Amino acid sequence: MDEETWELRLYVAGQTAKSMQALANLKSYCEQHLKGRYQLEVVDLLLHPQLAEGDQILAIPTLVRKVPAPIRKIIGDLSNKERVLVGLDLRAIGHL
Amino acid sequence: MPDQNLPRIVEFAQLPKSPTGIEGLDEITEGGLPLGRPTLVCGSAGCGKTLLGIEFLVRGILDYDEPGVLMAFEETAAELAANVASLGFDLVQLQADKKLRLDHVHVDRSEIDETGEYDLEGLFIRLGYAIDTIGAKRVVLDTIESLFSGFPNEAVLRSEIRRLFRWLKDKGVTTVITAERGEGTLTRQGLEEYVSDCVILLDNRVIDQVTTRRLRIVKYRGSTHGTNEYPYIITEDGISVLPVTSLKLEHKVSDEVISTGVADLDGMFRRGGLYKGSSTLITGTAGTAKTTLGAAFALAACQRGERCLIFAFEESPAQLLRNMATVGLDLQPFVASGQLRIEASRPTLNGLERHLVTIHKLIGDFKPDTVVIDPISNLVSVGSLSEVRSMLTRLVDFLKVQGINALFTALISGERGQREMTEEGISSLVDTWIHVRDLEGVGERNRGISILKARGMGHSNQVREFLVTEHGIRLLDVLVGPAGIITGASRLTQHIQEQAQILAAEQEAERRDRELERKRRVLEATIANLRTEFESVEDELRRVNSEEQERYDTQQQGRRQLSRSFSAQSPAAPNGSGA
Repeated sequence: MDEETWELRLYVAGQTAKSMQALANLKSYCEQHLKGRYQLEVVDLLLHPQLAEGDQILAIPTLVRKVPAPIRKIIGDLSNKERVLVGLDLRAIGHL
Repeated sequence: MPDQNLPRIVEFAQLPKSPTGIEGLDEITEGGLPLGRPTLVCGSAGCGKTLLGIEFLVRGILDYDEPGVLMAFEETAAELAANVASLGFDLVQLQADKKLRLDHVHVDRSEIDETGEYDLEGLFIRLGYAIDTIGAKRVVLDTIESLFSGFPNEAVLRSEIRRLFRWLKDKGVTTVITAERGEGTLTRQGLEEYVSDCVILLDNRVIDQVTTRRLRIVKYRGSTHGTNEYPYIITEDGISVLPVTSLKLEHKVSDEVISTGVADLDGMFRRGGLYKGSSTLITGTAGTAKTTLGAAFALAACQRGERCLIFAFEESPAQLLRNMATVGLDLQPFVASGQLRIEASRPTLNGLERHLVTIHKLIGDFKPDTVVIDPISNLVSVGSLSEVRSMLTRLVDFLKVQGINALFTALISGERGQREMTEEGISSLVDTWIHVRDLEGVGERNRGISILKARGMGHSNQVREFLVTEHGIRLLDVLVGPAGIITGASRLTQHIQEQAQILAAEQEAERRDRELERKRRVLEATIANLRTEFESVEDELRRVNSEEQERYDTQQQGRRQLSRSFSAQSPAAPNGSGA
């Protein structure tokens, strides 16, 4: 059983509607599927523009799964739950 | 109020421009790219789009002290730095000096899932951050179209790109955006719709296995610009665009006259040679000693102490030297002393533009006073006549501006060829045009030379026959026969005929002399005879006269005696019976 802690990072640019939406969606998914074993970091690029280059961020909002490897990126407001879970490979973890 | 407005009008007459520093491009664009606006550079693979972008940045930093940002979507910073290192652009150092920022944007669709709405604010932030950290004035986006493969939602992408360009304009940075050329459109994704200020099209064409690159300014809003296709090349020093219009016809002229290298030919020009710094074209059919004339010109230049450069497109230097030595043109010592340089290459080795650049470069290095190109017509094998023409225009311009004596030879085919050259306007480029040709008579060929034109100098209108002798080229005197100018064997025949005529005339004269002598002798003999005859007659007459006299005297005497005796005794009988 891999009880590794997930590291997630959400890149936003200011308090835009899309960013807020994405953050809210993400939180709800994580609470459902990864409760207690995830770290969520929200990076506001307006405050820290130098961080955009490191993760090759172009689109806003972007969710980056740093751990477990490999790195995965999901762009958009994360409104499509099904796709987010598939994208993050969460379902598999959830079943195990 | 009007006084205040006036300077503003003057100021806005010319769109502010950002000089690229790229050789020739600023001339075509009349000053550079539109300042603070995006410019689209599009072209197919291998045109040098990225290079143009990088050179724009590097020259901006080095020459105009304008820091720049390069956002690369295809290559990493390290790759780019390695690629342009050969051009002497040290991107790493420029980055260390905080003059340049390279930002590699990696877009991989397989890593990205899309759920819901998004925008490309991240790109804006990255670019904005890069611009702000070094105070960039110039930005290059190479190649932004890569985004289309990374993001599935084209509608979002398009609106974001539109917003990006707007945003760049607002930031006041001069931007170059490169894009791949599409089928039937300037760019694959129709980026030209968004960038409307300036569009530069790069083209990479292969004609007859030779690549020629061309640049055209498709549009330039708010500015006039060169509209032609301008060939450009990628040299060791970066991109070099060669505008035909570089010559403003302002070059200085010289009154000095130099020799053509053939004394007799100099004599055909009123001022005894060619003007210094002028360009001369020698056209002729095969085997009419064009190269020899060219070599004679070069030799004369060397003997004047000038530096001379020969571009030979037909012969190797060794062969040229050997061949010219056989006709008394010994170039070897000047080659040895470094005064003369012979550059031989096959025309097909390079494209026309490359040739031009090579010539430019060599002339720049060697700094010759005289340049001979033998022959320019071989370059036609590389490009079409019109391309050759445009190249030659530029070459002639270049040489003129430098004040270099230039001599070109050109192979043409008969009368048709001559017309072709004229049509292509090569003749109008040069100052002096000398034509050599075969004068084909019965069973032989002779060489004739004539001057078709000589700007600013009177010249002979004759077609002079010339010989290539062991001591160089020698023009023969003009021989006018009954049917015009006589050459070759006809010349010989004429000569023999003349000799025969002279001989015959001499013989005739001798004969007449003898006749006269004979007549004189006959006359003299006759005179002698007559004199003899006269003398005998004279004698006879004298004798008769004296006898008569005698008789008369005797008679008189007798008469006197008679009268005497008559008076005494009248003796009359003896004389009286005798009388």
